Amino acid sequence: MAIDKGNAQAGRSGASLASAGGGGTPGGGPRGPGSRIEFRLDAASGVPTYLQLVHQVEHALRLGYLKPGDQLPKVRDVVASLAINPNTVLKAYKELEVKGLAAGRPGQGTFVQATLSQVALPELAGLHKSLLGWLGSADAAGLDEDGIVALFTSALRDFYERRGGTGDRRGAADGGTEGVA
Amino acid sequence: MTMNIIETSGLGKRYGSTWALRECTLAIPAGHVAALVGPNGAGKTTLLNLAVGLAEPSAGGVTVLGDKPAGSPAALDGIAFVAQDTPLYKNLSAADMLHLTRNLNRRFDQPYAETRLAELGIPLNRRAGKLSGGQQAQLALTLALARRPRLLVLDEPVAMLDPIARHDFMATVLTAMADDGVSVVLSSHVLAELERVADYLILLSRGRVQVAGEVAGLLASHRMLTGPTTEADKYAERPVVHVQRGGAQTHLLVRATADDPVPPGWEAHPVDLEELAMAYLREPGAGALPGPSRGRGTQPSEVTR
Repeated sequence: MAIDKGNAQAGRSGASLASAGGGGTPGGGPRGPGSRIEFRLDAASGVPTYLQLVHQVEHALRLGYLKPGDQLPKVRDVVASLAINPNTVLKAYKELEVKGLAAGRPGQGTFVQATLSQVALPELAGLHKSLLGWLGSADAAGLDEDGIVALFTSALRDFYERRGGTGDRRGAADGGTEGVA
Repeated sequence: MTMNIIETSGLGKRYGSTWALRECTLAIPAGHVAALVGPNGAGKTTLLNLAVGLAEPSAGGVTVLGDKPAGSPAALDGIAFVAQDTPLYKNLSAADMLHLTRNLNRRFDQPYAETRLAELGIPLNRRAGKLSGGQQAQLALTLALARRPRLLVLDEPVAMLDPIARHDFMATVLTAMADDGVSVVLSSHVLAELERVADYLILLSRGRVQVAGEVAGLLASHRMLTGPTTEADKYAERPVVHVQRGGAQTHLLVRATADDPVPPGWEAHPVDLEELAMAYLREPGAGALPGPSRGRGTQPSEVTR
């Protein structure tokens, strides 16, 4: 299955190994100028590699680092920088396509198709800032990280129970952060 | 149907009275990074040497790149092999090594090789023996890839390298795969890093194939069950591969999917490649081989998926 896509990919990038030129350090990873995000891997997480890539794209979509029309990092660039199997990257991009979040354009690469962010960036920044303020007071009150996470999770649960139902993702991001702030 | 990059049937190799490899029946599809895993002396190098035509079978047969007999001119033309000890002429310069390899092969991509060495910072006039271990490995790999093979065979490619050199070496291999679609078969006993790299696994033990299959399929068909030791022996719903018994709690690695029922009082977890390989390596009698594609497995085992 993956072989067809792999070959398509190969044809797409052509003889790019030879032409990649000075940009590529030995496996250190040529950074595509167009790629807005960089993937990283957590070996200890126990989460399969392709899912880590999927989650990182979703995370970037939620926080507005990626928006519709943006190009995802090229398969070969991800492979070169992380030293992972190209089929793994293809599998992750396929999963994003199935979810309707990305779409492959023949001969070009994979592009973001939809967004997961519900709030504009400046607004997000404001919410982030007020959350930092709250974290400051929690820390000052003597809560450690685990305590803060436990308190936040419990407050989040209370909030939705009071609102009735767990709410969809949209509600979760809007209300959740406001509730805490 | 995908072409098989290596296919063996009842393959065996005997040195004197010792069988280094026995009744090996395998079909490795193209387009993968296939990892050959097993303890020292399991027959990994023997299998690779037979596939690239450096050794003659004592029994059975092996074909590569579809249906080409191993060692035939057509097979040799499409395969590049990097042996265990980074085979370079230590007194020759990198440029001389390029020159030599170009003259010994029908196809050699000189611009690729020169660009690659420049990227790696390997001076062309430096003698191979004076390069660092990582650079020697990269030089040998560059010579292999410049032949534009359809199958790249690597015997313990990263065993002697430090973590960064190991990462960079594998990045070069996998980038070539992304660019050209070259299939890769490598042997390794560095299990921990295999999961990122390999999507096909072959476990060899005592000269026999113990497990073979796509990693995703193998992981989906195994589960770790954790529960009370007192009930560990009663579990009989699925084949148990390996038992890790504690005084109160026991872990069972079983051949089961996420849909299979979990006994009351037990928890089921997915396994990773390292856990799976370790469990089988500790139980040389257990096997998981694909059934239908090949008639005769080395173990009377069930189908893995």
